[in-house]
Parts: sequence; C-alpha cells; structure tokens
Amino acid sequence: MTKLGNAIFRRLVIIIPYAWLLFFFLIPFLIVFRIALSTTAIAQPPYVPVFSLSDGISGIWANLQQLSFDNFIWLTEDTLYLNAYLSSLKIAAISTFLTLLIAYPLAYGMAQAPRSWRPTLLMLVILPFWTSFLIRVYAWIAILKPEGLLNQFLLSIGLIDDPLIILNTNWAIYIGIVYSYLPFMVLPIYSALEKMDHSLIEAAQDLGCPPITAFWKVTFPLSLAGVVAGCMLVFIPAVGEFVIPDLLGGSQTLMIGKTLWNEFNANRDWPVSAAVATILLLILVVPIVFFQNFQAKAEEKGK
Amino acid sequence: MKSLGNIRRSFAPWADPHSKPFITFRNITKKFGDFTAVDNLTLDIYHREFFALLGASGCGKSTLLRMLAGFERPTAGEIILDGQDIADIPPYRRPVNMMFQSYALFPHMTVESNIAFGLRQDGMPKADIAARVAQMLKLVKLEQFAKRKPQQLSGGQRQRVALARSLAKQPKVLLLDEPLGALDKKLREETQFELMDLQQELGLTFVVVTHDQEEAMTMADRIAVMSHGKVVQVATPAEIYEAPNCRFVADFIGDVNIVEGKVTAVANGTVEIAGADFKVRTVSEVVPATGAAAAFAVRPEKLKVSRAAPADPGINASEGEIWDIGYLGDMTVLHVRLPSGQVVKTSMLNAQREVDNPIGYDEKVWVSFAETAGVVLRD
Repeated sequence: MTKLGNAIFRRLVIIIPYAWLLFFFLIPFLIVFRIALSTTAIAQPPYVPVFSLSDGISGIWANLQQLSFDNFIWLTEDTLYLNAYLSSLKIAAISTFLTLLIAYPLAYGMAQAPRSWRPTLLMLVILPFWTSFLIRVYAWIAILKPEGLLNQFLLSIGLIDDPLIILNTNWAIYIGIVYSYLPFMVLPIYSALEKMDHSLIEAAQDLGCPPITAFWKVTFPLSLAGVVAGCMLVFIPAVGEFVIPDLLGGSQTLMIGKTLWNEFNANRDWPVSAAVATILLLILVVPIVFFQNFQAKAEEKGK
Repeated sequence: MKSLGNIRRSFAPWADPHSKPFITFRNITKKFGDFTAVDNLTLDIYHREFFALLGASGCGKSTLLRMLAGFERPTAGEIILDGQDIADIPPYRRPVNMMFQSYALFPHMTVESNIAFGLRQDGMPKADIAARVAQMLKLVKLEQFAKRKPQQLSGGQRQRVALARSLAKQPKVLLLDEPLGALDKKLREETQFELMDLQQELGLTFVVVTHDQEEAMTMADRIAVMSHGKVVQVATPAEIYEAPNCRFVADFIGDVNIVEGKVTAVANGTVEIAGADFKVRTVSEVVPATGAAAAFAVRPEKLKVSRAAPADPGINASEGEIWDIGYLGDMTVLHVRLPSGQVVKTSMLNAQREVDNPIGYDEKVWVSFAETAGVVLRD
C-alpha cells in the first residue's frame, strides 16, 4: 500500500512541473507560433485565419493551408529586425559582463564575511525587490538626467564643467540593467562560493600558489557554475528587456523588446510581432540546449 | 640489554646531545582573541623523524601544525626550520607540504592534475612533471586512476592522492593532519604501516597530528602528548606507555590503574607506598619524600589474576572479587573489585584456544604484580 502510494506520489511530483510547463509554456508558445504563421487582417483578433472548433475538420484543414512562413521571410528582408536582434544581444552581453564585474567581488566579500553577518548581507542584496521595479527605474531618470542628482553632485565637487549626457544613451540602459539584475548574479555566485571548502585555498597555497594565483586556479573555476547560472539569469531577460530601454534609453536605441512592442501596439501587426517573439525564443533557447548537452557530455567523459 | 617496551631502536637523534634539531619551536604562543591555543611551547623535531602530536581536540596540536605550514602566525616565539626562522615566510614559499584532514583535493582537476599542481606552480618542465607524476602514482599504487576526478575515487584512494600530491614537491617536511581519520579501521591499520615504510623509503621528516593514540604509537618515533596548549611529555611510544611522567599521560595513553597512598619507605631505588588495598614496593626513578602522598600507576596487562595467593601476599598483592569480564578475542579483560571498593582493570592474553576451568563471575581472586610492573607518577 505504502509502496504503491510512494510510486503514485513520485509520479505526481514529476507530473506537476511538466504539467506547468505544458500549460503555461508550451501551449502559449504554440498559440504564438500559430499567430506568427497567420496574416494580418483588419478584424478582431487582427489576423486570419482564426481557428474555431465550430469549423469542423474540413474548416480546420482549410485554415491550416492558409498558414505560411511569410512573416519569417519578411523578418529577413527588413534589416531593422536583424539590427534590433544584434543590438539587443550586444547590449545584453555588455550589461551581463558589467554585472558580473560588480557582482563577483560582492558575492566573494559576502562569502568571506563572518558567518553571523551573512544573513544580513543576503537580506541587503534582496532588499531592492521590496520596491516596485518600475519605480526604481523611474528613480534612475531623476539621477541620470542632465540636471539630475549625479550631475549636480559632479558639478558641485568640480569634477566636470558641463553636465554629462547619460540619460537616453546606451550607458543609461547598461546602468539600468546592471542595477536591476545585480541580485540575480550575486545570489548564484554567492551560493557557489559559500559552499566551497576553505582548505582548498590553503592546499593551493601550500603547493606554492600566492593568494591571487590560488584564486584564479581554484576559487574561480569552482565558482564557474554560479557564474554561468548568474550570466544566464541576467542575459536572457536582458535580451528581451523592454521597460529599461524604453524609459532610460534614447529614441534611436534599438532593442528587440521595443521593436516587438511597436509591432504589436503601434502597428497592430500581431503575426509579425509573434514571429519576432518566436525567433527571440529560438535565439535564447538553442544555445542553452547546446550548452547543456555539451556539459552533460563533458560530465559523462569524466566518469 | 634491558629496554622499555619490546622494541630496539637504532634511530634516536634526540638522545644524542650533538645532533642538531631540524625543526625547533621556541617559546611559541598562539592566541585567538582571549583563547590561548598554544602556550609558550618549546619543542625539537629531528631530521628524518616520524613525529606525532597527540592530544584531545582543542589541545592546540592542529594549531601548532598550521603554524608550521604557515596558515597561522605565532603570537610570540619563533619557529626554526633547517636553521632558518620561517615566521615571515608565507605558506606558498615554505619547503613544507601538508596533507589535509579533508584531503582538500581539487574537485575540478583529475588525479594527475592534482598531483602536478604544485610542480606546475614551480614552473618545472613538462617532461619532468610527467615523470614525477608517474613516479608518485606508482608510489601510491594509483597508476590506473590518473585520469579520474577525486569524486570518482573511494576514501582510501583519495587519501593516497592527497599523499601523492603533498609528496610530489619533495618537501623537507611533510605535515599530516589526521591523515587516516576518514578511513575505516582495517584500512587505517594497513595504511599506518604503509606510511611508515614510505617515510623510511623517502627519508623525510614527517609531523603527524592525531587524536588516535594507537595510530601515534604505531607510527611515530616520538610522540608529544599535548594538553591545553602545552606539551606534557615528549618521548618514544614505549617510554610514554611504560613510563608516563604524570597522571594525565598515564590516563590518556591506554588503560591504567592508579593506586593512591603514602610513601612509607625509600631505599636505594625502591619506593614503598601504602595504599588502601595494596602495599606497593616498586623500583622507581622518581624518589618522593617519605610521608608524602604519591600515586602509583600500573597497566592492566601487568596485573596478574590468580585463584591461589601469591608467594608474598603482604607486598604488591590484594584479594578481590571478579566484577566484570570482557572477552575481546586476543585477550580477556577482567575487572576486579578490591576490598576498598576500587575496581582495577586487568587483562590476560588468550594464548591458548581452550582453557581449563576459567575464572568466572563473582569469584574470589588475588591480584598481584611485580616490583618492576609500574611507575610512581611525578605530580
């Protein structure tokens, strides 16, 4: 009885996350993908064909034949999309790198801090989440604008003569992304560093490594899993980021999130924006799948 | 020739006043805040010696080892290695290597890379590194595991990798922090002898920290028994066991029976002590004053239990009653309750498989010992 109960329970535990992914990821994605294969129409919803169960099998077949990859072909014909994708990837990559540069020392310091301080430090890292994301991004406008806090401060101490133009440039986007996503980078790196055995560092020193070499040869490689996780947690949402470039970036900032928003709202072209979203997903998912495959193979090889 | 313990030593530089110590701790004190881990300790260790620091946890033995490795700085005093004060030398430049209790193997590297780590750090040519790694793998019999990662090895194999890694740089001194602590009993016993052979073969100085007295007794040339940051006794295992210099050492190493009493007579190397159950007459190097309180220590295996009264029941003998019997296979432990209520531990070697009419529970017996069986403790 208990054995059977256990088996059912085990199945259930596995089924729940898969069911979640099925209903809230795979099915919505298929809906989006289907829209990407449709054509715009002045209608409600603004595309054809619209599938309906009342059409019957022949109706659905007729509708299926109307679907086409024209929207995807269209994306390759207008360089706007390609440029938006590339620019998004570039901005996300630079932001991820900058986040890593700030987050690593922070996480390292936290992991080195006395044990009794760590919960407090961890709390401080998570603290910004208590305020709305939108409000925090708006606050950066007040800081970065030409007559903002930053420029007032720099002018008053005489470091600069003219206000710096940061708002509405890519730099403002970098600052916004680094600031917003910092905890997502700090936490996985901290957790990797925190569980590391300190005697490994001593062993490295004992075998002739000065502290800095010991860091690069032992500490850093062992925290790599945290670094990779942190980079993914920052890079993936940063590529599709819309709010930060919209509020802090300039009008000429090209990011795929903004392009998508324009297609969807301003142009009311649902099929093209759905195609943009599908490609974005592929750009992000395919490399991760490859990476994980590669890692699994490397682990296999080690055994 | 008479000697303490059933062993003859040819290696004994500590007994030679002309030999120079290889490692000297001089008036070493180490404080962590208010806590004194090592307290004004002075100790000499000789070249090629297998030296054990033995003590309960928190006695300062690991701190002493870590100061030798360079991970802790002494609060006061100096450490001299091969004629050089090493207090200011960082761990990565000291000619010593350590085998860590947790082994501290680099989990992201193969066995081979772990062993080569220190050599690469020294910028040794690649061919030489490969040769040395092969030699080390052979030494610890792990040739076929070179490409494995540490987590794919058993506990015993990891211990060997850690040993090979710490020996690869051919250090002047090898420090071993509880080297066998993580192994099971059988493997531990085998490895003890392997370590001894290895030390002999390589001609290195080994300093081992352990809380396991059996391990220290088996492997070490000399043992320093430590307590509360101080060395209580430094001597060969046989001396420590047969002639402990104080109650702490007598009690810490092995089992012991202590007879408390008053000194009644002292004459040419013989001391008589009147205890509650025993009138002790013993040869003694320690000569207390007549009338003073004294403690006499005697090991269980040196007590004889018999049904018949000994020749002179007035000296070094007492009647008693069997209280507990423990059969351990190689020997049998008998606890005998004496008239005063003190229970003494005795042990008998089971030299024969079959015994006629063995001693049983609640039997009246005599406990006796020879004049050379025990020692008067210095206090």
